[in-house]
This record gives sequence, structure tokens and C-alpha cells, in this order.
Amino acid sequence: MHEMSLCESILEILEQQAQEQHYRKVKTVRLEIGALSSVEPEAMRFCFEAVMQGSLADQARLEIDHVQGQAWCSQCGRLVVIEQRYDPCPVCGNVPLQVQAGEQMRIKELEVE
Amino acid sequence: MCTVCGCSEGETKIEHGHSHSHEHDDHGHSHGHEHHHGEHGHSHEHHHDHGHTHDYGLGPAHAHAPGLSQARMVRIEQDILSKNNQYAAANRDYFSRHGLLALNLVSSPGSGKTTLLTKTIDLARAEFEMSVIEGDQQTSHDAERIRATGVKALQINTGKGCHLDAHMIGHALENLKPEDQSVLFIENVGNLVCPAGFDLGEAHKVAILSVTEGEDKPLKYPDMFHAADLMILNKIDLLPYVDFNLEQCVQYAKQVNPRIKILQLSAKTGAGMDSWIQWIKASRAVQLIDYAETH
Repeated sequence: MHEMSLCESILEILEQQAQEQHYRKVKTVRLEIGALSSVEPEAMRFCFEAVMQGSLADQARLEIDHVQGQAWCSQCGRLVVIEQRYDPCPVCGNVPLQVQAGEQMRIKELEVE
Repeated sequence: MCTVCGCSEGETKIEHGHSHSHEHDDHGHSHGHEHHHGEHGHSHEHHHDHGHTHDYGLGPAHAHAPGLSQARMVRIEQDILSKNNQYAAANRDYFSRHGLLALNLVSSPGSGKTTLLTKTIDLARAEFEMSVIEGDQQTSHDAERIRATGVKALQINTGKGCHLDAHMIGHALENLKPEDQSVLFIENVGNLVCPAGFDLGEAHKVAILSVTEGEDKPLKYPDMFHAADLMILNKIDLLPYVDFNLEQCVQYAKQVNPRIKILQLSAKTGAGMDSWIQWIKASRAVQLIDYAETH
């Protein structure tokens, strides 16, 4: 989607947290990215390296935990895995489904010093 | 850096801005982030999620100086867009307190957003007051087109940025000062991707699609049509001349977002504009209920 601006938002959070949590350097950033969040992990890695250059997270490692998309099908009454937001139920073909998980874009934890 | 709130927006320029010269630091990385909030305009509060530290104690075995330069883990659990969302919440609160209906107009470049706005202003100026925030990477052409109608408009140039964010809107509001109980149109940067993720505090996102584009846009850019409450199919006067399957487009949009409302119009000929004005009036009435409760 807009990986460059997301990386800039990440850097802002890292800088703000540096004061609150008293660290000077970020060595690893662990993200949780949902399959429905329209973030391309490869584009994210590329932008991350570029945006972090010269910052407190220069050379930091980026770890991405993928979370699969899950939705509730009201017709067959079960939780199903979906690849995209508008996918029909893989079991019964019902649309629309209620998305339950996989939209998140979160910073989970950092390794800092 | 902006001394009011410590913001560093790179190349963003807001017309008549509050000394946002932003000549400081091209890299935008080494700023200190002083946040002097509070005395300033419309409550740019920051409710930071405070993470808690898990100090794993001894650190790596090969650390030369125990206690110094130890790596440790810090759990943050913070949404990447949380900062934007905090600004958006502050904007939403501002809109609510002032009885403002804010509409975020999103589309590809060239869908006819500015023409739709100038036409809307012509048709609705007797019924309610309006103002416009224009977002473009460069130039103030669009704001000038709006101002030619006599309506207040403020241009935000995002430089390299591909979308407006809630922070820019907060500053724009300080300068534009829309009238209470009026309608504020925010014309986002022409882009069907990035503006979908950035809440500006608006009441509704309105996606504009012209029939000179493909009918499969809602499927190609599902996030935008999922985030929008209304889709306007513009330039319908051109339907006889283009291969645009209107029925298919409507079906695709509903597939991505079953709740989306769809209007067909031509800002140029005026066909269908009545329904759009009615939609704005209905949305404004809803916004004013909230305002009336507190005034």
C-alpha cells in the first residue's frame, strides 16, 4: 500500500519511545502485519532500510510476523481463512464475510540498547 | 521543526501556515521531538500508548561491560498508524464541537473532483456555507479554482507525500477556520491507494470514479472502496463514448463494500447533482444533531 509512509510512522514511534523507554539504539523491530492490511512485506523491507538510514534504527533488523486473514461466515457458521477482503467463503461461497482478523499493522516489540 | 508541536513534515507546505518553514533537516530523522502541546489551537492531544519494559537482565553473554550497552527487549504493541489516528480523533472532536460536516474526497487524478466541487458550490451556496482544503503534491491551482467561486480554500502541498494525513488537516483548520455548522470538503491527493489508510477525522470518505476509468477499479483498489461510504460515478455524460460497464462497476463496488452508496452524475452537465446535494444535506443534518445536543 504505502510502505514508505508506514516506515516513516514507525520511525516516529521509535523516536518517541526512545525518550519514554530510555534507549539510544534500535537493533530489531518486530512487526505484526495482517494479510488483509495491504502491506507488501518486500516493499516494507526495502522502505524500512531506506527510511531508517542515519536514524537511531540505522541497520536495524526488521522481523515481520504474518497474521492470516480470518472471517466469519454467517451462512455456514464458521471461521474461515481468506486471502483478500472481499473473498467469498471458501466452504459455501457466501459473501460478504465478516472480517475477524488480519487487518492489523502493529509494532510488537523492539530490541534496543 | 515546528516549535508549536514539534512536527517535522519534510516538504509539506500549508498556505499561510504558522511559520512552517521546515527548512531544518532534509533527512527528517535527527529531530528531537519536543512536544509542546496544550496551549495550541484545537487540542492536538497525544495519548501515547505507554509500553512497558521487559528487561531481560544480563544481556548477551559476550557483552564486554555488564550494565552498559546491553540489548533488551521492549514491548510496544502500538498500531503503526496510531499517531495519525490520535490526530484524526482530535480533528473529529473539533468537527463535532463546531458542527462541521467534513467529507474526504478521494479518487485517482483526473476524476473531476475539483469540477465536482465548483459545481457543488454553485448549486448549494444558498443552502449552507462551505470551505475546502485542497491536497496536491505541487501547485495551488485547485485552491485558486475554488477561491474563484468565492468560497474559502486552503492548499496543502504534500511535496513527495502521496496523501493527506490528520496532522496536516489539524494545522489547516487553524488557518482556514471554517464557519460553524458549515460543510468542509477535503480534496485528497489524487491517489486510490494511500489515502485509504489515513483517517483525517472526516464523517465520510467519498470515492469518485469517472467513467473514463475502468469499471474494475473497485476490485483493483479494494481498500479505498471498502473505506468509502459513498461512490460517485462521475462524467456519465461520456457513457455513450466509452466502454464502461456501469452495472458491473456497481456490482464490484458492492462486492468490496456491501454498505457503499452509489450516485451517478455529471459535474459538467449537472445531471444527477441533485442527489449528491441531497446526500450532503442528509449527512449534514446528522452531524448537526450531535452539535445541537451540546449547544
